Amino acid sequence: MKLMWFHLMPYTELPDDFNQKHPSVWVDIHSSLFDPRRAHHMYNDFMDELEYAAELGYDAVCVNEHHSNGYGLMPSPNLIASSLARRTTDTALCVMGNSLALYNPPTRVAEEFAMIDCISGGRLIAGFPVGSPMDTCYAYGQNPSLLRERYLEAHDLVKRAWTEKDTFAFNGRYNQQRYVNIWPRPIQNDPHPPIWIPGGGSVETWRWCAEMDYVYCYLSYYGYKAGLTTMQGFWNEMEKLGKDRNPYRAGFLQFVGVAESRQQALDLYTEPAEYFYGRCLHVDARFATPPGYTTEATQRAGIQSMVSKAANTASYSSKLSLKATNMKDIVDGGYVIIGSPDEVVEQIRHVATSLNVGHLMLLLQYGNMSKDTTKYNTRLFAEKVMPKVKDLFGEWEDKWWPKPMDKGQRAAIPAFRPHAAAAE
Amino acid sequence: MSQPATATVEVNGHACRVWTKGQGPKVGFLAGLGGLPRWVPFLDRLAESRTVVAPSLPGYPGATGHTELDTHLDWVLAVRQLLDKAGLGGADLVGASVGGAFAAEMAAIFPERVGRLALIAPFGLFDDKEPAADPWAQRKDVLPGLMCAEAATWNELVAPPEGANSVEWPIEMTRASEAAARAFWPLGNTRLEKRLGLIEAPTLILWGDRDAILPPVYAGTFARAIKGAARVETIANAGHLAYLDRPEAVANAVLKHFA
Repeated sequence: MKLMWFHLMPYTELPDDFNQKHPSVWVDIHSSLFDPRRAHHMYNDFMDELEYAAELGYDAVCVNEHHSNGYGLMPSPNLIASSLARRTTDTALCVMGNSLALYNPPTRVAEEFAMIDCISGGRLIAGFPVGSPMDTCYAYGQNPSLLRERYLEAHDLVKRAWTEKDTFAFNGRYNQQRYVNIWPRPIQNDPHPPIWIPGGGSVETWRWCAEMDYVYCYLSYYGYKAGLTTMQGFWNEMEKLGKDRNPYRAGFLQFVGVAESRQQALDLYTEPAEYFYGRCLHVDARFATPPGYTTEATQRAGIQSMVSKAANTASYSSKLSLKATNMKDIVDGGYVIIGSPDEVVEQIRHVATSLNVGHLMLLLQYGNMSKDTTKYNTRLFAEKVMPKVKDLFGEWEDKWWPKPMDKGQRAAIPAFRPHAAAAE
Repeated sequence: MSQPATATVEVNGHACRVWTKGQGPKVGFLAGLGGLPRWVPFLDRLAESRTVVAPSLPGYPGATGHTELDTHLDWVLAVRQLLDKAGLGGADLVGASVGGAFAAEMAAIFPERVGRLALIAPFGLFDDKEPAADPWAQRKDVLPGLMCAEAATWNELVAPPEGANSVEWPIEMTRASEAAARAFWPLGNTRLEKRLGLIEAPTLILWGDRDAILPPVYAGTFARAIKGAARVETIANAGHLAYLDRPEAVANAVLKHFA
């Protein structure tokens, strides 16, 4: 299986009374809480952590896009990915992803992703989320009633921009461009970089991923127990559509905290986990349901099925109401897997097999976890857990993984030498 | 309160409900946020002396087709078709809230189709100094108190009637909100100000003094910009959907203006 190291880049210094004094971590979070000089250190710590994970042999490092968000400091994940392209060598770069409807014209995404693919020698995984209501409709002012149509059209445009050899005119409902002809073009051109779709639990998304042969990623913060219903729904739909159970069709996000013992893990990870589930997910419910964001088919499914209503996850309002904020409930609920290396091995194997997920995206930094603790968590997982779970799904081929240039053909990246560079 | 007669007209191939009740010269009504999930006392009061014709805008209760409309021009032309097909060409027209913005567009762009005009807290403008509230970013418990002076008035409007389909009813209410958002997201500003100077119809502008969505000072902006004779009247103890809060007072003012 693939073990991928995911960073959300949370602001780590939200005050203790954040939830009491501020209505939301997202959309209208107050600027006075943001100290750019502290953020300088946060960004650099976070990028160190991503590079560290790459050095330790994680299959991929993952970044994502959020706007006006106190737990996600990456309005442009592409900036981080381009830096990682220079400071990593063999690790896949998973940009999870660019919210297509937010780019005008959407060919901007085709261009930037092609740049990252070229710089990295073909290591890009191209994620195309619709984007959350908070990011798209509120922070970016997109019309919720048009968002999905725009997203789908932008997807078509980006894909054509990557694959068509000649300059073409795009005559879309929302986008018209006389001359589409992106330079650069992606290295991965057979036919294009792997496309992965992070989504909620909607049947429409599952069907679309199956039809397009994309990886479906369920990026919930609520762990494998809450995710089981959704992933079972996904696999049932794949079966209906005559698709195999190749676990690499799917990706799943899981928080993990590993230490020498369960008690030590609790000691280390309680504060960052409670910071994340308390402060970082403190989102004002008024930003959860812009009308039209959720399709009528999904609304209907949600109202009709009490089961999916309880576990569902497609709607942000139900997501928000799920949350536990104290460590016992966080761990009992499976939001965060903690324990000794062997205990974590057992749980990871259970997650992977019960959800049938070949791409496990690990959050090993969360909330206000320090760089030291993050590196400890990352290293212990790489040394003691990874070797005991890598064998899973060996019988399946991952057809959705980047196909980089041969190592011998790739550019040699010189070691970074700041003083030498300044002297030149 | 007896029920209106129901007819259906097609706009862009989608069915739109048209409710009709009363006697006398026709008066058209384009409803505000939430549309008309049910017949309301305000329309009954008008129907005592006028034939009230209330077509549902695309996507509002009783109508679909909002998903065909991508631009403001699409919307304006859909409303024109709706009025024509509902037999309202040349009739007096009342528009409230989002429906008020479209009523103003009709009077500006197709003046021959509108007799006298009454606007109840119409959308279409946004003033940086007096920003309108965001009707699409509100908690469920807060929203009713923003729509109406009394939360209960809004709750009565959207409560499922006996025998309503428990799955489809809430979806229909959300659809109405989506349709409004589709046309007016994110600020409610359709640059209507550029066209108000084309309105020559005598216009009554009504505003609830407790409108929590659109500040009552917007009334003056409308009155100043409209070319025809325009008069502002404030409705006491009324919120954004003043015709729900104070049906009698709003109907009286409208009838007087149309007399």
